[in-house]
Amino acid sequence: MIKVKDLTKRYARTIAVDQISFEVEKGQIVGFLGPNGAGKTTTMRMLTCFLPPTSGSATVAGFDVLEQPLEVKKRIGYLPETPPLYPEMETADYLTFVGRIKGLSGSELNKRVDFVCERCAVADVKKRILGKLSKGYRQRVGLAQAIIHNPDVLILDEPTAGLDPKQINETRDLIKSLAGDHTIVLSTHILPEVEQTCQQVIIINRGKLVATDSVQNLQSRAGGAESVLVEVAGRNGNLDWSVVQKRLEQLRGVSRVHYKTSHANRNIFEVESQKGFVRGDLARAVVEAGWDLNELRPAAMSLEEIFLQLTGSEASVGPREVVAKGAD
Amino acid sequence: MRNVWIICRKELGSYFVSPIAYLLLTMFAVIFGFFFWNALGYFVLMGMESQMRGQMFPMNLNEEVIRPLLSNVSVVGLFFIPMITMRLFAEEKRTGTIELLATSPIRDLEIILGKWCAAMILYACLLLFTALNFAFLFRYGNPDWKPLAIGYLGLLLQAGGLLAIGTFISTLTKNQIIAGAATFGVCLLLWVLEWVSGYETATWARVLSYMSVITHFESFAKGVLDVKDAIFYLTVIFVGLFFTSRSMESLRWRS
Repeated sequence: MIKVKDLTKRYARTIAVDQISFEVEKGQIVGFLGPNGAGKTTTMRMLTCFLPPTSGSATVAGFDVLEQPLEVKKRIGYLPETPPLYPEMETADYLTFVGRIKGLSGSELNKRVDFVCERCAVADVKKRILGKLSKGYRQRVGLAQAIIHNPDVLILDEPTAGLDPKQINETRDLIKSLAGDHTIVLSTHILPEVEQTCQQVIIINRGKLVATDSVQNLQSRAGGAESVLVEVAGRNGNLDWSVVQKRLEQLRGVSRVHYKTSHANRNIFEVESQKGFVRGDLARAVVEAGWDLNELRPAAMSLEEIFLQLTGSEASVGPREVVAKGAD
Repeated sequence: MRNVWIICRKELGSYFVSPIAYLLLTMFAVIFGFFFWNALGYFVLMGMESQMRGQMFPMNLNEEVIRPLLSNVSVVGLFFIPMITMRLFAEEKRTGTIELLATSPIRDLEIILGKWCAAMILYACLLLFTALNFAFLFRYGNPDWKPLAIGYLGLLLQAGGLLAIGTFISTLTKNQIIAGAATFGVCLLLWVLEWVSGYETATWARVLSYMSVITHFESFAKGVLDVKDAIFYLTVIFVGLFFTSRSMESLRWRS
């Protein structure tokens, strides 16, 4: 459905996107993953014919973005990072307007407006002014305008950015439910989002393609090592952390124990292990030594580490608790 | 053509949903009403004086009232045009909705024409208020309607050119205030360029005064349709819209 070959975007001094190539099959959800400023938005803008590429080519549904932009635009629904809403318009009027400029008219247009309102759960705010809607509704109206002309391809730029957790889940479910009819490319810098919604992942960093792979493969490539956060407390409140560290290091499979003291009297250790599941052994060891096990949880792999591993740089950076670095 | 109308309707919607249109209409109506009242008062005074002196030659409404008033409208229009055009593209760029338009299957030219037409229609609405005043002349007097019609044609052509320039300037910035101020500056300059003809007759002065939008309005105000002047205004409209489309294209290459 989408074919990108050696796509490059060069600005006066910087290269925003550097010779990336990938293909997306029909009906797939593809996650476009990368830190802020990696070139995700620029790539998407080139796919939607908003920006012309400096060199290379991109075709959507068989049409080239430079040669036949009108044909491409007819087949693409696009949700930019901030939903392109006219604050003074009512929701229904806005969707009607977007439907018109996308080429719909008459009873078909009315039907589509009603349909997308139902689909994106914005039917109850049809008569409200867009400028007064909450962030979650604005995002959903943005999605509604993207699918109003039933496009083959949906391009969504950080569709869950700035939403609260409940809205994030709702939006992800909505996107997943759209997958049957549309090919979807969505960008994000949040790894679990890709794991939950996408079948294929394209990772870029500093304008360069780092990896394109299926989600499972990516996880297994990045996986192998596991790291666990353990919080241990002494019975009477006193605990010598170096003793605990030594004890944990003796466990089979554990490669490194890192003591990261955090706030007030909490002793938290990061335990890295080679392949295999050590959480059971860890728990037993702590309890048998007479300490309290307050918390035991796997530390999520951060996007940064996956980058480091995929790019072959040193993988010795400790796992982070926060997955979405710089999620704003 | 269909797409032009869709964009135009949307722009008119945002003019008339927000207070902009009503503010402009009210201000214009008050200012023009004041001009009209003054012109009429002066006309009546002159009429009484000439009667007292026993002069019986008829006074001409077209010459004494309509012509100066049309010139006034053309100057006052210069002040209103920036307020009409400043938001056209600047606001779309600021809110990001330009991305919606640019990724929809419509041509840049259709977007530009739609917006310019909406600006023209709003300006024509302003002129409607002047027509309301002139209607009194027709009710109580007997002016000739043909010079008046040509005067209106001139006003529309002149505004068309300036609105096209304003539309172009609006594509250059995200900031409405900057777009408005720059458009106002250009409008003012195109007005005062004519002043050099007052003291200088060299070629450069003739060229400068030729470029003034006011120079070309004089014949229209008189009620004379001069093709040369009409062509001047049409050229300004064309050049303004052409630059707008170039600017929109470069927006994509630069942004």
